[in-house]
Amino acid sequence: MTVVTDVPDSSRAARRPRSGPPALRWIRANLFSSIPNAIITLVLLAVLAKAVIGFVQWGIANAVWVTHGNDSAACRAARGFGACWAVIPEKYRFILFGTYPFDEQWRPALSVLLFIALFYLSTRRAWWRRELLYVWIGALALISVLMWGGVFGLSFVSQDRWGGLPVTLILATSGLAFGFPLGIVVALGRRSKLPAIRSLCVLYVELIRGVPLVSLLFMASVMFPLFMPGGFNIDKLLRAQIAIVLFAGAYLAEVIRGGLQAVPRGQYEAADALGLSYWRKNRLIILPQAIRHVIPPLVNTFIAFFKDTSLVLIIGIFDLLTTAKTAIIDPAWQQFSVEVYIFVAMIYFAFCFAMSRYSRSLEAHGARR
Amino acid sequence: MTTDHPRPRPRRSFLANWGSRELKGLLWQLLVVGIAVGVVAFLWSNTVANLSARRITTGFAFLGREAGMPIADTLLAYSPRDTYLWAFVVGIANTLRVAVIGIVLATILGTLVGIFRLSANWLLSRLAAVYVEVLRDIPLLLQLLFWYVLMQALPAARAALRPLDGVFLSNRGLILPSVPLGAPQLWVLGTAVLGLTLFHFIRRTLIARQMRDGRPRRIWPFAVGFIVVLPALMSWLLGVSWAIDWPELHGFNFTGGLTLAPEYFALLIALVTYTSAFIAEIVRSGIQSVSRGQWDAANALGLRRVFTLRQIILPQALRVIVPPMTSQYLNLTKNSSLAVAIGYQDVVSVANTTLNQTGQAIEAIALIMAVFLVISLSISFFMNWFNARIALSER
Repeated sequence: MTVVTDVPDSSRAARRPRSGPPALRWIRANLFSSIPNAIITLVLLAVLAKAVIGFVQWGIANAVWVTHGNDSAACRAARGFGACWAVIPEKYRFILFGTYPFDEQWRPALSVLLFIALFYLSTRRAWWRRELLYVWIGALALISVLMWGGVFGLSFVSQDRWGGLPVTLILATSGLAFGFPLGIVVALGRRSKLPAIRSLCVLYVELIRGVPLVSLLFMASVMFPLFMPGGFNIDKLLRAQIAIVLFAGAYLAEVIRGGLQAVPRGQYEAADALGLSYWRKNRLIILPQAIRHVIPPLVNTFIAFFKDTSLVLIIGIFDLLTTAKTAIIDPAWQQFSVEVYIFVAMIYFAFCFAMSRYSRSLEAHGARR
Repeated sequence: MTTDHPRPRPRRSFLANWGSRELKGLLWQLLVVGIAVGVVAFLWSNTVANLSARRITTGFAFLGREAGMPIADTLLAYSPRDTYLWAFVVGIANTLRVAVIGIVLATILGTLVGIFRLSANWLLSRLAAVYVEVLRDIPLLLQLLFWYVLMQALPAARAALRPLDGVFLSNRGLILPSVPLGAPQLWVLGTAVLGLTLFHFIRRTLIARQMRDGRPRRIWPFAVGFIVVLPALMSWLLGVSWAIDWPELHGFNFTGGLTLAPEYFALLIALVTYTSAFIAEIVRSGIQSVSRGQWDAANALGLRRVFTLRQIILPQALRVIVPPMTSQYLNLTKNSSLAVAIGYQDVVSVANTTLNQTGQAIEAIALIMAVFLVISLSISFFMNWFNARIALSER
């Protein structure tokens, strides 16, 4: 068979500019390759310039950066044409750590750093081993000690005083830590040959995925006390955490199920031929392969419920978003919520963007070794 | 945990003889179902005990009582004297109002951004990428609060912004000129829908004939006739007026026109922009999944670009696009429940108020779940039907 390979791609070659310095060539090729393109570029540049100039004027040139004491007079004077970033230094301790005792706030701060270190370690491929499990258990135990205290000379801090970023990280990370094993069990159950187990798992997954998280949180905050024997009740934060674990479990189960489907039949048959039991077969042969397949979507699911933990605002739990919203109830700073929201949005963005970049790099290079 | 050996073993008892695999399966199922039933029974008995201790009667009888809750922005007529049942219906209508319009707008915006993302223009594609990245990585609730705060910071009605003639933007929301829809106007619109349906069938028949004998048929005269001329004729016969109702500022408020309350408008903007970022990524990957060879082949056949996009690229891209799009539509609908955070009264918000007023927690939450399950199932059903229609039919 002969294949003609030397047909010149005339339509594209003609448009490609050949002369001039490389920078100019690049601009002509990517911004002004045709008349409609040139018009789009010019219109966009105009809009962009206007937006950037507007933002620089509001956010930098006319902005108020510091005030003294709890005095927002300078900010009020600048209202309408200048941002009031002074609200951030004034309120950042409350936004980040809520009502945690002020002198002890190094403890939640250290917990946040531990969380970040834990995430970082978990992204390293060299660490995808059994030891990672022990590191997770150790780190979560250390964070509990730091946050609660009561031992090693740390004063005890009850969890109704926790707030801000550590609460967001605790809700999301524990959601993953407990939702993940739950998801594995449910995913295996959904692929089980036993009809009763399969239908229970399908019911769980579809019921949870069919309703909004808000209604699960309402259920946790309102109905949970009804479910428990009289007089017995557990803390509000823990109730929300249970709702998030159940929610995460259903979504993670679907992702893991996708991974299980990607494992070739031959692997199951080989494991059966070796005489491995159901659990050993899954633990040693199937799950390690299945999970490696789905690490990028797992990260994406984690990003999704990291963002969704902010919904606990609706049932009044002090996560990062709730502390931000509460910080601006203060009458002196009430009008500067936009600045506070931008600050909090940047924190969320930093976490989610880092994770989504990581997920994409995994997709590009392949999560499997 | 006992391990199971498929190797032949000496038969010792009736149970081992019976086949360990089936027996173990049965035992496992009995165990799991037993635990599940036990847990549910435990929770149920606690709940019954707790409810009787609080003197709350279970059941849906409360739905017939007077609700007494104000709902500000409604699609259906409502007053606080109405029953809880009607309050729920009004809440469901509000949820659907946000969800349906949100899905339509998010699809349009998301598709545009997804196409921009693939543009040959570097600036356009970078801006689309930034749009997607920023919106995806910030929690929706935060964006919603942000938009709502911006809405509230708008000038009062007297100093309303007027981006276009007859359009007012103030802290009372967005006010647009509208066409009042009464019975005669609806008749004309109904005729248009009928015309569209008829045209659809005629088009199918004509295309089937063209498939048979290869002669192209003119389709556009039918389109004009059924979709434009027929409703216009109806409108003329009935003498329907299509006068535009221009909003006007009287004192501190507006009269006439169509008002989108700030809560509704903020929720709509937040849902549409957030979801459009995800839809843009879906559309982009869908278009990219169609290989370049398809463009080249169509080009070699001398087909025009628009025709190629419509008839060759899009049908193939849709197969990749539709399944994830379904889950975005479901997400948007479920996310509309965040309305409760800014006080737009959707079904979740109504249920929450009901719950606080009556203490009927189980019933209220069961109603929320039932409503969302029905909506989710309807969307899934419709999208699965659509997906089956566009699925690859190999000859």
